[in-house]
Amino acid sequence: MQFKNFNRLAFLGVFSLLLFSGCGNQGSKEGANGALNSSAAEKVYVAPGEKDDYYAFLSGGYSGNLTVYGLPSGRMFKEIPVFSQFPTSGYGYSEETKPLLNTSHGFIPWDDLHHPDISQTNGELDGRWVFVNGNNTPRIARVSLATFETEEIIEIPNSAGNHSSSFITENTEYVVAGTRFSVPVPQRDMPINEYKGNFKGALTFIGVEPEHGHMEIKFQVIMPGFNYDLSHPGRGKSHGWFFFSTYNTEEASSLLEVNASQNDKDFIAAINWKKIEEYIANGGGKMVPAEYAHNVYDESTHMATSTMIDEVLTVDPTEIPGAVYLLPTPKSPHGCDVDPSGQYIIGSGKLSADITVHSFDKMIAAIENEKFDGDAYGIPILNFEEVLAGTVKSGGLGPLHTEFDSDGNAYTTFFISSEVVKWKLGSWEVVDRKPTFYSVGHLMIPGGNSRKPFGNYLVAMNKITKDRYLPTGPEMEHSAQIYDISGEKMELIYDFPTHGEPHYAAGCPAELLAPKSRKIYRLDENKHPYAAIGPEGAKVERNGKEVHVYMSTIRSHFTPDNIEGIKVGDKVYFHITNLEQDFDVPHGFSMIGQNTSEILVMPGQTKTTVWEPKKPGVWPFYCTDFCSALHQEMQGYVRVSPAGSKVELKWSVGE
Amino acid sequence: MKKASLLMMLGALLLLGLFQFPLWNIMLGAPQYPEPLGINIFINGLEGQSEFDLQNIDGLNHYIGMKTLPKPEDMWEFSVFPLVIGGMALLGFLLGVFGLLGKIGARWFLGWLILMTVLGVLGMYDFNAWMIDYGTNLDPNAIMKLQNPDGTPMSYKPPLLGHKQLLNFDAYSYPRLGGYLMGFGMVLTFFAYLVGRKKEYQN
Repeated sequence: MQFKNFNRLAFLGVFSLLLFSGCGNQGSKEGANGALNSSAAEKVYVAPGEKDDYYAFLSGGYSGNLTVYGLPSGRMFKEIPVFSQFPTSGYGYSEETKPLLNTSHGFIPWDDLHHPDISQTNGELDGRWVFVNGNNTPRIARVSLATFETEEIIEIPNSAGNHSSSFITENTEYVVAGTRFSVPVPQRDMPINEYKGNFKGALTFIGVEPEHGHMEIKFQVIMPGFNYDLSHPGRGKSHGWFFFSTYNTEEASSLLEVNASQNDKDFIAAINWKKIEEYIANGGGKMVPAEYAHNVYDESTHMATSTMIDEVLTVDPTEIPGAVYLLPTPKSPHGCDVDPSGQYIIGSGKLSADITVHSFDKMIAAIENEKFDGDAYGIPILNFEEVLAGTVKSGGLGPLHTEFDSDGNAYTTFFISSEVVKWKLGSWEVVDRKPTFYSVGHLMIPGGNSRKPFGNYLVAMNKITKDRYLPTGPEMEHSAQIYDISGEKMELIYDFPTHGEPHYAAGCPAELLAPKSRKIYRLDENKHPYAAIGPEGAKVERNGKEVHVYMSTIRSHFTPDNIEGIKVGDKVYFHITNLEQDFDVPHGFSMIGQNTSEILVMPGQTKTTVWEPKKPGVWPFYCTDFCSALHQEMQGYVRVSPAGSKVELKWSVGE
Repeated sequence: MKKASLLMMLGALLLLGLFQFPLWNIMLGAPQYPEPLGINIFINGLEGQSEFDLQNIDGLNHYIGMKTLPKPEDMWEFSVFPLVIGGMALLGFLLGVFGLLGKIGARWFLGWLILMTVLGVLGMYDFNAWMIDYGTNLDPNAIMKLQNPDGTPMSYKPPLLGHKQLLNFDAYSYPRLGGYLMGFGMVLTFFAYLVGRKKEYQN
């Protein structure tokens, strides 16, 4: 009997303990950081050998590259060179990849990469490609999500500051590129102060061929001379529309920080691209002269080619009834984001405290009922009240960008008040707010810009780092924070430095990409014209002053590794083929005195680097990637004789 | 005899699985190879567990001076083994047919099994001899010449059956489906003999 009572007491004791610890947990979620640390650590801890749940592609901003991270660990997996030369792999230095950086202005070794967007099918991420924009010299690039390499870059004519890019429609019909600067179209010599009414803003719709992803400019909408800041596609019911935020509707050309901030409202431009397609199908639009580069990398030849294109189809929106409308939106909106249902278009007036939400249904009704408040250069302006769905009274300052979870919540970054605010679609009530460190620009929820968001994690990408990490002098990497958003309240769980300046990011579940990530390039599919398929394919050919070395590599030697008969004044092309067919066994190649970078050659790949020897002598080369236990032995010599010498061209290995 | 003969026929036919499935398999795992490299041994040649495994094993073996893995034309076994297996399957099947027709007794089944066992043992002996040669007959100019603690040259012979540590590699050697089918087939022929003999005694 006593024993029984004791049991009962013990049971009660345990029960109350549970009760208290339950309360404690709930309390600590609201409370100070300290109590959270252990559970936050568990949430981001990916044990050695374990894998992350999500891929995150963060733009590298002024690095010109795209970085690949894992979530929730925040570990960086790869830096993918896109618009910038990358000596690590020889991207933009190797003969094969130089054409990728060709433009109508010639070879450009750098750009400012802003907004990654993953391809979609039926509004859901499909993981085929990620598109990114080059902001400075307007370009759009396509990166393969099987090889994680840049496969194609297309230049955008009539554009300048390619910022409201590179967002895709829900079946990847188009990748869209809008101009930030308006400019004379076509470019011409004219006084800057005649901007107003004369400069134009081109919104470019680039078709994406579904099988290979090849891009082609289908048309450019020549809009009034505003600045087009960001854009997003309609989805679901609003599929067929594209929305662009604008600022500088004042059309100022100088001291924009003041002069472009005068109008109480700027616009979100709604473009009905299906209507424009119809118009073009019926012979509409005007083909105008242009000059832009289209660069395509061929995986079988391991080589890019650059083609110049000399015309582009333009459309005047005022000639297409019902194609373009302007939605007044307060205070120079930056973000222009569409919720997963396609019903709400969120304009973040960056000088405002509030977030403006437009309703797609109300917009359609306003168009039908012609609720216009005049026009801008012939484009109807819809009445603000008629299209407004609601306003989020956030209490923050400087909203920039919004993404969504799958439960009807929106998450908006506030640059000035440095925080992320969670609010409810429809009721516009603020549910939670958490500080960021510091001055957050954009945020990313995997799939948060699609019909199907994965609402586990939110990454906030900050513009200011200050004291977050050990100091590294005046220049520091930017900081990012990861929040767990699976509960009602957001929880800061991790803080990590990013590379370059991430302006935007895209994420997707790991299982969408990991199984199809390429391990090697097949040697039997290598169609490079200078490939040495097998050591027997190795040779050296002279063609005047050009010398082509067909060189193969396998652990751990080059074939050939001794070359004689090279002369000062020659231009020597080393075409290196990696014969390995084993995962993660690259070989590198570098030549002393070479005025370019090394090259890193993946298994089955061929890459070319040029050397122009200037001095007679015997000059060594070596493998730069620690490929095996005998990597250090992977080296060779080239004998360089004076110009005009009679030394015979010969090559060998193992003699 | 009907049941015994059918068992005999089935057991003999199971040998034909060797034309479709590997007889044996050797897997080689190492810290650098979390996905191990593997060799599937068929009666008519070798295949990689993954497409490029043979090439990659040869690539690694060149450090220690091993010969490259044999192509079918490099070893007489790969042309003779299919004939032996095909012949034995046919012979066993025919014995079953004769048994069914009442032309022969169950001891013929046992005779087949003894012959098959002798051939199997010879095959294993040959396989082991090849592995000894492969693992010890090394290029004198090999990059790495490793010795046992007693000063003798290190052997890289993979195990005939089971696990063995070869430098940084863990080698595992076990039969595969073709081998298991053959073994099961041979057991069936032994049952055929037992069932047949019991029937003969009863009669």
